[in-house]
Amino acid sequence: MDEESQGAGVKSLLPVLTVVGSILLFWIVSVVPMNMHLTADLAQRQDIAVTPDTPAARQDYSGIGLALRNTHLFGMTYTLDRPRLPSPHQVAVEMWDTIVMKNITSRRSLVYHGWVTLSATLLGFAIGTGLGILLAVGIVYNRAMDMSVMPWAIASQTIPILALAPMIIVMLGSIGIQGLFPKAVISAYLSFFPVVVGMVKGLRSPDAMQLDLLRTYYASSAQGFWKLRLPASVPYLFASLKIGISASLVGAIVAELPTGARAGFGARMLVGDQYGQPMVTWAALFAAALTAAALVGLFSLMERWTLRRMGMLVT
Amino acid sequence: MTGTAIISALAVWGAGWFVNARLANSAAAQSRLIKLLVPAVFGLTLLIMWELLVRMLEVSPIILPPPTMIAGRFSNEIPTLWADFEQTIIKGAMTGYIVGMIAAFAVAILADRSDFLTRGILPVGGFMAALPIVGTAPIFVRWLGSDWQSKAAVVAVMVFFPILVNTVAGLRDTTSMQRDLMRTYGAGYWPTLFKLRLPAALPFIFNGLKIATTLALIGAIVAEFFGSPTVGMGFRISTSVGQLALDMVWAEIVVAALAGSTFYGLMAWIEGRVTFWHPSQRK
Repeated sequence: MDEESQGAGVKSLLPVLTVVGSILLFWIVSVVPMNMHLTADLAQRQDIAVTPDTPAARQDYSGIGLALRNTHLFGMTYTLDRPRLPSPHQVAVEMWDTIVMKNITSRRSLVYHGWVTLSATLLGFAIGTGLGILLAVGIVYNRAMDMSVMPWAIASQTIPILALAPMIIVMLGSIGIQGLFPKAVISAYLSFFPVVVGMVKGLRSPDAMQLDLLRTYYASSAQGFWKLRLPASVPYLFASLKIGISASLVGAIVAELPTGARAGFGARMLVGDQYGQPMVTWAALFAAALTAAALVGLFSLMERWTLRRMGMLVT
Repeated sequence: MTGTAIISALAVWGAGWFVNARLANSAAAQSRLIKLLVPAVFGLTLLIMWELLVRMLEVSPIILPPPTMIAGRFSNEIPTLWADFEQTIIKGAMTGYIVGMIAAFAVAILADRSDFLTRGILPVGGFMAALPIVGTAPIFVRWLGSDWQSKAAVVAVMVFFPILVNTVAGLRDTTSMQRDLMRTYGAGYWPTLFKLRLPAALPFIFNGLKIATTLALIGAIVAEFFGSPTVGMGFRISTSVGQLALDMVWAEIVVAALAGSTFYGLMAWIEGRVTFWHPSQRK
């Protein structure tokens, strides 16, 4: 990294920390009113004085109103076993327990569930990206294909195709395909269309001047592809890959929801929801967010490295 | 039988492709009519192939119903489909979209007054927009009950970040020359905001609003998988999948596709009306 971009990095570090800090602060403050009713019920069972002293009377108060009358219960709102809103430290502890402390082959380990989701995501992403690039090449070189397929590819971006997920699982299940592959299919079609649209734009990005130059070199069509169009499309490809990988992850998670999957982030969220264990849901949610962040971050790094090697990154 | 089915499907494909190749390479290929006709022929070719293969290979309708069966189901179930549309799109997605949009505008305008906050919000918002926020659905269903309010909340959070990031980025998109001009006119903060910076930000804002239309529908439909009253598109999709009534699932998907493209088209239309001066809109 050169000095200037490092300077920019340090300069935005403080603002970013401030924003993240204020979000955390808002979360921590919200824990008290969100959990106050549950805490008051619990405190009463432990013979701690609560005002007002019947659950029915407490229902008339909002969380904030009840909190202001029972300031001595603030501490307890952060330590409930099954809170409505867990505090950040509870989520962190649960994540530490299920990611680091458990054996990764255990069914209670989030690493195990993460790998189940991640493997479907990566397989689907590879299929979707591969097919997307092939179709984009076809579209750029064949006029009929361009005019037939491109409007549909663009229109598909406005459609909630994720709604197809439950049906694809059942459809593939009834012809005997189960497990990893149906989820990968959903991940694949979610990453497919962004890649097609981005790659078509990228392969068409060389301007007339550059194409003319190649013509004066008497370059063949194949040389034009490998030496001009494909390198020129790389920045567009990476932009699409970053959109595609997060779409793939969402696809794999949603694919686990309606089918009663036993493993994966989606399954953990559903289990936590159905068995009243909010910590399980929250830990799975944050682990999924971390996974998404790691995947997008990885592609950003690859993007920087590749573009610098190609001399396309202006720093 | 299998052989004839595949041969006739290939024949349909060949005929469709021949027509499209002729149309696309004809002299009038750039006309508006041909530009609409070619994708229409392509779509129709796929539908006929689908129908032929499913009928001739006798594929069970619980695996893949033929398009005519889906169309029949669609026209028979219009009251149900309309009720689901109202519950999910009008109450869930639209309410959430409007709430999320207003919140994003408010935060963007507030943050815009400080360069420090803007530099913090852009990366954090961009990061949040890439996260699987739809996973918060079970939490919101638990907090707000299973009716449309929880769906609207999920949608609001999902659309908030893309709109926020685009609005904040758009508000920065004026040159110092333009701002200086406003200063020479003696314009203060608010006139500059309304007469220069907000109009200049509109193309960015609409970009965010258009991305958010699809997110809103996804959020409203997927959140219903976690609990809903006995009406709604997500509810219908998950129960019909359970009953193996796949024609009903496809009918709901047709509704979702129509709603999605109409919603997007509406935003694009408003954009064209409001930002007619922008190079990307000039004809």
